[in-house]
Amino acid sequence: MTATTTAVSDATGMESVDSFRLRAREWIPANLRRLADLPADEGAQRNVSSDESAWQRARALQRTLYEGGFAGICYPKEYGGLGLTSAHQRAFNEEVAGHEMPMRLNVPTFTICGPTILDMGSEEHKREHLAAAIRGDEVLVQFLSEPGSGSDLAGATTRAERDGDVFVLNGSKIWSSGAYAADYALCLARTDWDAPKHRGLTMFLMKVHQPGVHIERIKQVNGGDEFCQEFFDDVVVPASAVVGEVGGGWAVASRQLFHERNAVGGGSPYFSGARAEGRRGTETDALIDLVRRTGRADDPYARELIAEAHALGVIHGHLVDRVTAGMRTQKMPPTAGSLIRLFHGESATRQAEIALELAGPAAAMSAPDGPDTREVGVSFLFRQATQLGGGSTEMARNIISERILGMAREYAADRDVPFNQVRHGR
Amino acid sequence: MRFELTADQRLLQTATADYLEKSAPLGVIRALHDEGRTFDRDTWRRGAELGWTSLVVPEETGGGSVSGEGVVDATVIAEQFGRGCAPGPLAVVNVVAAALAEAAGADRHAGLLGRLLDGSMVAAWACCAPGRGWDPEAGAIEARPDGDGYVLDGTHDGVEHGGDADAFLVLAHTPEGLSQFVVERDADGVSVLPLESLDMVRGFARVDYAGVRVPATALVGAAGGAAAAVERQFQLAVVLQCAELVGVVERVLEFTRQWMFDRYSFGRPLASYQELKHRMADMTLWSESGQATMAAAARAVQERRADAGELVSVAKSYLGQRATDIIQDCVQLHGGLGVTWEHDIHIYLRRATVNRLMWGTPSAHRRRIADLLNV
Ligand SMILES: Cc1cc2nc3c(=O)[nH]c(=O)nc-3n(C[C@H](O)[C@H](O)[C@H](O)COP(=O)(O)OP(=O)(O)OC[C@H]3O[C@@H](n4cnc5c(N)ncnc54)[C@H](O)[C@@H]3O)c2cc1C
Repeated sequence: MTATTTAVSDATGMESVDSFRLRAREWIPANLRRLADLPADEGAQRNVSSDESAWQRARALQRTLYEGGFAGICYPKEYGGLGLTSAHQRAFNEEVAGHEMPMRLNVPTFTICGPTILDMGSEEHKREHLAAAIRGDEVLVQFLSEPGSGSDLAGATTRAERDGDVFVLNGSKIWSSGAYAADYALCLARTDWDAPKHRGLTMFLMKVHQPGVHIERIKQVNGGDEFCQEFFDDVVVPASAVVGEVGGGWAVASRQLFHERNAVGGGSPYFSGARAEGRRGTETDALIDLVRRTGRADDPYARELIAEAHALGVIHGHLVDRVTAGMRTQKMPPTAGSLIRLFHGESATRQAEIALELAGPAAAMSAPDGPDTREVGVSFLFRQATQLGGGSTEMARNIISERILGMAREYAADRDVPFNQVRHGR
Repeated sequence: MRFELTADQRLLQTATADYLEKSAPLGVIRALHDEGRTFDRDTWRRGAELGWTSLVVPEETGGGSVSGEGVVDATVIAEQFGRGCAPGPLAVVNVVAAALAEAAGADRHAGLLGRLLDGSMVAAWACCAPGRGWDPEAGAIEARPDGDGYVLDGTHDGVEHGGDADAFLVLAHTPEGLSQFVVERDADGVSVLPLESLDMVRGFARVDYAGVRVPATALVGAAGGAAAAVERQFQLAVVLQCAELVGVVERVLEFTRQWMFDRYSFGRPLASYQELKHRMADMTLWSESGQATMAAAARAVQERRADAGELVSVAKSYLGQRATDIIQDCVQLHGGLGVTWEHDIHIYLRRATVNRLMWGTPSAHRRRIADLLNV
């Protein structure tokens, strides 16, 4: 269903933010369910629930957005998007707060893989995959980490060998979130073993489910099993799947990491849905509920902790604005996304700590027939995921000190050494 | 570095930076301290010509901003004050000037306002009870109606630049409620005791009022109607203080980074050790986060937005803590030098510590946030 309010455009033909906002305001309640109205078993919006039905639901919602004219807001028109600005996206995010959205499609499909394809992909990649993703027909994931290399991403040992018009892949990828439910993946593989590690890589946009790909789910400490490990056994990928140049995979991966830092740090213009940072978000309300339930709303210490957690969210929002503006105007280098990435890890950690303290013993147990008070404890157990996923905070600190502050690079034993002579651990 | 400044604001920034560098380098600050002085009146007067005192006062009452956003302009100055730990009653004079200019019947105080704006007089805001932090209810002294005026009794403590003030903006309770009065320093019954400050040059004073008689015209605004103005003045004081903290931190990080390139151990610069690089990365993040939040708070106060009080408290709760965290860690990175009187870093640590403690500690601001959130 499309909105009845008509779009008002400016001289360049672009709809004004206010007009877009008003149309969204009218369209959203008529087409999206309120989160508060969702049945309890469907309430798992937060990427925790790992089953096919949640993914199917996300695809259906994406299609609804697409048909309503509110999908791919910042993506160019020629690739199925609306060609609007981050201000339009922001207005939409504000209006859509409190409504059901396909949140799990944000990371990595729309905020990491899509922008990387936009920057580095072929015309065919863009026309085919971006449009499909925006319609809700395609989910994209990242095949970057391997059992032997995570932080040292360029140390990938998945092998891709050219065979006429195709490449043949062997090896394994790991920690790929949501791969089991995905269609395509950006996969970093080694095509040249004689070159130093950064120069022998190639990025492929490969089909996830195909002969030779075996996927295993990995159970996480929080009970979810979004993590996957893939095993490649002579997987055939067409040469047209190469993103960028053969041997130029690191340039693509660097761009991908740029988008990943922004996405994880909360600064991606392609993120669609209500954001927690920058305003009184659901996180703050949840903490307030928590102290009311535990009878600590008048405890000055508890009140201060809530204020601290809330303040971190507000500060995060302003930091994101500053870093985004800094990078846009080139007052900060593109690596400055590491600042927001690091803030996210540190603040999420502190917020998990605060929630645990406020919940007290309730975080350790919950009655089978009551509210899930143990959720706070479970989140606490999974806390370090926010310091690892999207590149670890240690790597973010390396990048900030080296690329922003200009301090000496860490010693690397493998620099300029042909990759087949580099030593590896287990 | 601030990204969002207009060309005029940048001009104000460099003019202030240049002038402070010339008139009040750290050597001058040490000398003022040794002489037991807080600031130099001539320097202040020339600073007033640059706009230090008039930015938050509307043009109709003799002030004028450079950008149309006086509060933001004032934070630009305050940031430069922070970078140099500069002497001078910047925050309090601006707060009192804004209070006088914004109050109904402002022309009653046009004389004092004019002299604050041209830098020939200094006024301080007396509003805290002895030994107490920011708490306007507790801080208001008693103002008893008497004939066509009032009689003031009580004590204010922690009055910033109270020792230098020619007049005070005094927070008091009249039977109508929270009120503010202008009280001249040499009025009968006023006694001022300068206190020893942790800062090199930012003085504080205790002010005693023993049966001080003031006419009704000494009221700023209506009797009993000061609560909103007091909150606004508080927001302004805190946001200027936060801007100063941002400047302090930025400067300390600059010279500490340079030190880490120049100082060697085991044949390599400190800046090559990962543990130390990571600490600098954290501190850079905190500094950037503080800068971003202070700028947002300044804009909110400028626009008198409903969330200005919350944002100001978010900024102070963060910067108050992080600024001293950062500078202490920078002391650590300087080794033994860092804890000497000779090294300048303590001058910055003093300013940051005083700012952390005054106008609400980080913890007091967190309690304010909780109140504003209706926890
Ligand atoms: C929730 C979540 C989702 C994820 N999703 C994906 C995904 O979709 N696709 C994908 O490809 N990957 C994904 N990952 C993997 C993630 O990118 C890696 O876990 C991360 O990059 C760290 O790599 P690693 O696990 O191999 O740890 P390692 O690289 O082995 O690091 C171990 C520890 O050593 C530290 N360390 C390593 N090298 C250095 C150094 N030079 N200096 C200082 N410290 C160092 C690290 O910071 C870390 O603390 C995900 C991870 C999580 C937690």
